[in-house]
Amino acid sequence: MRELSLHLLDIAENSVASGASQIKIRVVEAIKIDLLQMSVEDNGKGMDTAMVASVTDPFVTSRTTRKVGLGIPLLKEAAEACNGFLTITSQVGVGTTVFVQFQRSHIDRMPLGDIAETFLTLLIANPAIHWLFHYQVDDEAFDFDDAPIKTELDGLPYTEPDILNFLRETIETGIQDVRARDIG
Amino acid sequence: MTTIKSLEDLKRAREDALKKRDAKTASGVAQVIVGMGTCGIAAGARDTMKAILDTIEKDSLNGIIVTQTGCIGLCEKEPIVQVVIGTQPKVTYGKVDAEVAKKILKEHVINGQPVADHVIQM
Repeated sequence: MRELSLHLLDIAENSVASGASQIKIRVVEAIKIDLLQMSVEDNGKGMDTAMVASVTDPFVTSRTTRKVGLGIPLLKEAAEACNGFLTITSQVGVGTTVFVQFQRSHIDRMPLGDIAETFLTLLIANPAIHWLFHYQVDDEAFDFDDAPIKTELDGLPYTEPDILNFLRETIETGIQDVRARDIG
Repeated sequence: MTTIKSLEDLKRAREDALKKRDAKTASGVAQVIVGMGTCGIAAGARDTMKAILDTIEKDSLNGIIVTQTGCIGLCEKEPIVQVVIGTQPKVTYGKVDAEVAKKILKEHVINGQPVADHVIQM
């Protein structure tokens, strides 16, 4: 994968598979202190200490259709190649948080890529989950919480054309505004 | 298409969408499922998803549900898209890039004709 936003999508898919009802994603570009951080926090089934310890091993996976899990090890390696790290904190029955940090200016750091598209994909394809997105550049931030929208829609799917348009505009504009304000 | 700027507009858009859906339901609800395992994402599933959502938005296609699934064990055929129309059996497609995804929406989901050369026999 050539974009961090694709890795983020992949890591968030683990949270979806964990049976979480709420998933919180944060992407922070701290330019002043030269860090790029991403985290995915879920309230899914969680993992015990042994599973957490082994989950960065590519030969461990909870999946049954295929024997090798590659998502977390790939991202961990990418972070460590950029003076960064990946941590997993988890508790059975409570949930899991994956946190990853990069030196933002590192020559080997992958581009962030299309973060709006990652948010949209997760939001629209998993309507049973309560999504919270946070994107920040230094002191400017965009927060998206889909709960009020779901209440308003009252069961109407996100995939209706007008609703899709609203969600895409909201997320794309939110992210663009953060970048514009930071430069301005 | 009306552009929604606030939750108030969203309420109005909801009413409009509900009317259009009622007309559509007679022909059976269509469900489109995109494979989003590590294998799918690495093969370009997010672009496939984007193409599907863009087509729904641009062509104002009502009554289609888009969801996702994890790895279904056919990693070499990713990106994988499955289509279920009404009570008909599920059709599984492999190697679905953005162009193929648009074709599947137009020919299969809208007109009921599966895109034969991308169907995977399960």
